[in-house]
Amino acid sequence: MSEKFLSLENIEKRFPIPGKDDYVAVTDVNLEIKENEIISIIGHSGCGKSTLLNMISGLDAQTSGSIKLQENEIQGPGPDRAVVFQNHSLLPWLSVYENIEMAVKKVMPELDAAELRQRVETYISMVNLDHAKDKAPGEISGGMKQRVGIARALSITPKVLLMDEPFGALDSLTRANLQEHLMRIQQKVKNTVIIITHDIDEAVLLSDRVIMMTNGPDATIGEILEVNLDRPRNRVELQHDPEYIRCREAILSFLYEKFAKDDE
Amino acid sequence: MNKELLKKIFLPFIVLVLVIQVWTGIASIVEDFPTPSDTYVAAFGGINADGDEIIGVLEDPFYIENQDVKGLFWQIMESLKRVFAGFSLAILVGVPFGLMLGMSKSAQYAFDPFIQIFKPISPLAWLPLLLFIFQDINMTAISTIFITSIWPIIINTALGVKSVSEDYMNVAKVLRFTAFEKIVQIILPVSVPYIFTGMRLSLGIAWLVIVAAEMLTGGIGIGFWIWDEYNNLNYHNIIIGIIVVGLVGYLLDLIMGKISDYFDYTKKGRA
Repeated sequence: MSEKFLSLENIEKRFPIPGKDDYVAVTDVNLEIKENEIISIIGHSGCGKSTLLNMISGLDAQTSGSIKLQENEIQGPGPDRAVVFQNHSLLPWLSVYENIEMAVKKVMPELDAAELRQRVETYISMVNLDHAKDKAPGEISGGMKQRVGIARALSITPKVLLMDEPFGALDSLTRANLQEHLMRIQQKVKNTVIIITHDIDEAVLLSDRVIMMTNGPDATIGEILEVNLDRPRNRVELQHDPEYIRCREAILSFLYEKFAKDDE
Repeated sequence: MNKELLKKIFLPFIVLVLVIQVWTGIASIVEDFPTPSDTYVAAFGGINADGDEIIGVLEDPFYIENQDVKGLFWQIMESLKRVFAGFSLAILVGVPFGLMLGMSKSAQYAFDPFIQIFKPISPLAWLPLLLFIFQDINMTAISTIFITSIWPIIINTALGVKSVSEDYMNVAKVLRFTAFEKIVQIILPVSVPYIFTGMRLSLGIAWLVIVAAEMLTGGIGIGFWIWDEYNNLNYHNIIIGIIVVGLVGYLLDLIMGKISDYFDYTKKGRA
């Protein structure tokens, strides 16, 4: 396995403003991500973290710099970089099953009917939604929808799983529940994951490394924090773990002392 | 619930009685204006005010005397045939056209001014031109319906396409959907409720247009029948014609509403 799995070099993103200088959202971002690594990107709103994720997913192109996945330059969006969107983005006219089936069918057209069904059901089971597979997205809770979103993203075996504030719209209990789900799944299917978050506990709990972004404009990577905690992690036990406390404090100090941001 | 149901039946009944009162009032002022009872007799048969035995037009709507003299049912069927021909054409052309307008900003800029100008043109303004082109009653009526009922379909389809959320398109992009897959799997399901709203409006217009068109083109059809009855001085039949046109229009709208609910994913007890 090459160490250089996903690499970002000198990434810059400018948004043109008519009659003015360009707005530089993100600049000078250099990052190497190893295979099967879980990375969180944290920062205040407007720090360009979603922009960064969109560039990796290919939904948005960088102005300059290069993003390479296994030495191949990224060209637009593709199923090798699956995205879990904040608002789940399930198609409301399809059932849970059909939403996943649609993705698998498109990405793996070579599967026959039985293989297709088995694959879809495997991933539905993985997020414990067997009982809800024939329901429409409108009939299930927000947390369940997001689990379907995760199952859909994983079902196409992406090389990288990109999550844009995946649990941001959920209440804290549901969020904790989904974090557990995600960690359990990650133990089973090793994946490279990039999570955008603004939740410090979430970042420490889930990631191997936390990327801290400075405030925009001209946002860039401020610090990178290694989280040296064994897996599986238990959120209750971690509360008194010195490493966990150190990581939390490091992020807190970065966000609220070095790069504090006034409310707008 | 039962009380609600009772209200729903009883209150329209009161209005009906009032309408008949007003009608009777008008009949007593305007000379030769048919009274409600005259009209009832003309519709369902019986003895009229002059003491003559009459066979009502609704008593045997299925009779066929010859090519030109047919019962009311056949008149309506002729009108409906034209309506559906024009309406189907409008759907066939309007939906793809609307999809194109919704998906392409350039197409929208190019066509929007013309749609806005053509949309408010009365069917009666198109009629002489189309009659001149086709020299045929049926073709004229069908093309008039087509050209006046296509606009709501185009406009609503385009609106439906524009209502497709960016999120769904992002899903399509990540999965690398082709343009065709995007249309079939994302754009159409979102637009279907809008398209059906357009179709419902359009069918309503088509039914409005046919009466006017047939009055001018002549031949057979409910519109012509009403005009013919005017020329025959059968004023009560005009009122019967008007009521029948209203009832058929209401029925068409009801059916169209049911069909559109069936295809609307938000009304399937789902979302």
